[in-house]
Amino acid sequence: MADLLVFTDKGIYCPQADVYIDPWKPVNKALITHAHSDHARSGHKEYLATLDSVPVLKHRLGSFIKIQGLAYGENITINQVQISFHPAGHIIGSAQIRLAYKGEIWVASGDYKVENDGLSGQFQPVKCHSLITESTFGLPSFKWKPQEQVYQEINDWWQINKDLGRTSIISAYSLGKAQRILNNLNTDIGPIYAHAAIENTNEVLRNQGFNIQASAKIENSGKSDKYKGAMIVAPPSAIGSAWTKKFGDYEEAIVSGWMNVRGIKRRRNAERGFVLSDHADWPGLNSAIKETGAQQIFVTHGYTEIFAQWLCEQGYDAKAVKTAFTGDEEVDLNTETV
Amino acid sequence: MKIFTNLISELSQTNSNLKKTNLLSNYFLQETNELNKLWVIALLIGKKPPRTVNTTLLRQWCAEEADIPLWLFEQNYHIVGDLAETIALILPISVSNYDLSLHECIALIQSLKNKTEPEKKEFVLDIWRNLDDGQIWIFNKLITGGFRIGVSKNIVIQSLAQAMNVEKNAIAHHLMGDWSPHKTTWSTLFNFDQGSADISKPYPFYLAHAISENDLQSLVAEEWTAEWKWDGIRGQLIRRNGEIFLWSRGEELITDKFPEFEQVDLDGHDFVIDGEIIGWKDDKPLDFQSLQTRIGRKNITKKIQNDTPVKIIAYDLLELDNNDIRKLPFEERRSLLEKIVTVNNHSMIILSPQLDFKDSQTLFEWRAKSREVGAEGLMLKKKNGAYHTGRKSGEMWKWKVNPYTIDAVLIYAQRGHGRRASLFSDFTFALWEGDKLMPFAKAYSGLTDEEMKEITNFVKNNTIQTFGPVSSVKIELVFELAFEGVALSSRHKAGVAVRFPRILRWRKDKNVEEANQLDDLKRLLK
Repeated sequence: MADLLVFTDKGIYCPQADVYIDPWKPVNKALITHAHSDHARSGHKEYLATLDSVPVLKHRLGSFIKIQGLAYGENITINQVQISFHPAGHIIGSAQIRLAYKGEIWVASGDYKVENDGLSGQFQPVKCHSLITESTFGLPSFKWKPQEQVYQEINDWWQINKDLGRTSIISAYSLGKAQRILNNLNTDIGPIYAHAAIENTNEVLRNQGFNIQASAKIENSGKSDKYKGAMIVAPPSAIGSAWTKKFGDYEEAIVSGWMNVRGIKRRRNAERGFVLSDHADWPGLNSAIKETGAQQIFVTHGYTEIFAQWLCEQGYDAKAVKTAFTGDEEVDLNTETV
Repeated sequence: MKIFTNLISELSQTNSNLKKTNLLSNYFLQETNELNKLWVIALLIGKKPPRTVNTTLLRQWCAEEADIPLWLFEQNYHIVGDLAETIALILPISVSNYDLSLHECIALIQSLKNKTEPEKKEFVLDIWRNLDDGQIWIFNKLITGGFRIGVSKNIVIQSLAQAMNVEKNAIAHHLMGDWSPHKTTWSTLFNFDQGSADISKPYPFYLAHAISENDLQSLVAEEWTAEWKWDGIRGQLIRRNGEIFLWSRGEELITDKFPEFEQVDLDGHDFVIDGEIIGWKDDKPLDFQSLQTRIGRKNITKKIQNDTPVKIIAYDLLELDNNDIRKLPFEERRSLLEKIVTVNNHSMIILSPQLDFKDSQTLFEWRAKSREVGAEGLMLKKKNGAYHTGRKSGEMWKWKVNPYTIDAVLIYAQRGHGRRASLFSDFTFALWEGDKLMPFAKAYSGLTDEEMKEITNFVKNNTIQTFGPVSSVKIELVFELAFEGVALSSRHKAGVAVRFPRILRWRKDKNVEEANQLDDLKRLLK
């Protein structure tokens, strides 16, 4: 039997159902694992995604897009291929996509993390024969500390800055990381502000019923003392730009899994780097793959060759797959797969 | 170790030199243990304790401890770009049970020197299992040597000056030489009484910035002097109490590599001469390659001395008969130098010739002759200028000749270290020899971070084969390389070696057929 999923120059393709997963060129029908821009691109005729990610997809791609939402675990059948979405724990609405046809089960993981961040749902390993997994942090040197510890570090840093009369600016991608941080800031320390790009996303998510920490939108105005001692959550593109001048004396921090590597941190000129990621770390990747029971593994994003070789040595039939996703720190820090 | 780990972590959490200086200065004021303080200075200014454990063993032990294959460790290392850090990140998570001070930790590492391999392994594993990851990183740094964390020597000097309330230049002078916390104490190192200092101690070198077009145009010719800028080893030849010491600019004592100088006697004077050590034969300088035979050797045989005779070209006089004369105007220092050197006419010392000029036009003419005489450009010195500490503008300039350039093809790429970790930043270039590409130079510098990212993407998508960390890439990109000279070399496959190759620009406008021939390079040999 031919493979249920194949890799084409438009993205991952299911010939039997004639659907693509996270395609990077316009197609007729796109299944979207999550709403980050390198996975959810504009220009497709029809979109299929989780119910939770529909509002934010419309917010980002335009309310005119033709989109159908499925609840987690709900099935839809297209030309005998049974398709369903399962929690990936990456960001709100993120999913692994399961496809079953004549007893053959494939899962495309999209981006995932195994730790439950309280917003994105608990990652669920899905039993399958073939798994397409990401490997953004597929090296043994990437091991995350428990998230509570990192939240504590962030709050401690904020407190110290506040005591010194300084503003704290934290860079976090506007969908996912920003809300995760917002919900774990200690509001006793001081006021919280968010960059407009983040606050607009917050509004969409709050209207959906997600409980996102209240934050004030930063208006387009000049320098003000009201930010003294405050926490500013901003997208990476705003960091180091003229936009930060209005905050007076401030310190910047980057929150990303890449901050685990000193050289990368130095290159990003981050004074503070907090190691917190929405991707699985090395132990997470290994345990998640094992629990699917899959024998055939395709590795995308990041250190694919190295991770595939490691999996082969563990007894899997693993291959590295080239995709348009780079899994590169340079690209990621500026886009959204941090 | 906890205090030191915190200090290093705080230092690396700021990009401000002022904050770094204050952090260090506070540390020097608060730390009571002098040995710890001496080690902090030594480590930050690049004095490494000798290595007692082979890094290959450390890699193996770490891979074993983390239960991963060695190849995976190595691949991971190439991406993290720092061995100490890679090990700390890969080891299983542990907590801090031991409380060692910095100097105790270094002493323990040094005591491994004569231990057996199993004993070393037992010690290292025990430490790895009983320190937290921050301290493991520091421990690994201590055991592997090298402590580059973005704190310059100047910051260390400034912070000590601040903590001790002493002039910066005095601190700089006292940190010169090959002192080590093993052999000195705080009060000996910072004894500011005249005459009590270590007699071998060199002065901090005075270094020049490259001159700008503006500065050149505004030079008032009669206030300045010009000399050749020679391409050898900048050094200080010291004679104190009748004993000779020769120092390189890298603050290494190299007297034993140049035994010829031990007999230098200038009418019994004691002195400190700043000059250029250079291979010299038949009244002409030899190329820089010639000095390589000296530096790498343990024993400098008579044969080496005869094959590559050396001289020192004297630029300046810093001390005469125990008087520090660095504050005198250059003109006066120069005339004192001329008095002691020419009168004795010692065959090992050549007085740096001064070049007559009346305007910047004459200077251009002199500079154009640099390569002819074997120099790499001009040095311009103000007649009333003092001998300053470190790199300082205004009273001394260097004005180098333009480098040679050649268009070469990128054939291999390797990931970098430190702040270039995970980027491809180390490249091998080739020139055409018939229809084959002959590798001839490696270059690391000259690209912007943006360009490096672009090339990293190119390498990832165009790798033909990998050899460990090195990727051979599709023949496609052409770069203009700059270099300072060419010399015959039997150690290079191309038969020639270039000096200081670096990337000048990415020639996106050129295709590989337009790159230069190896013969074009050989034509530059004289």
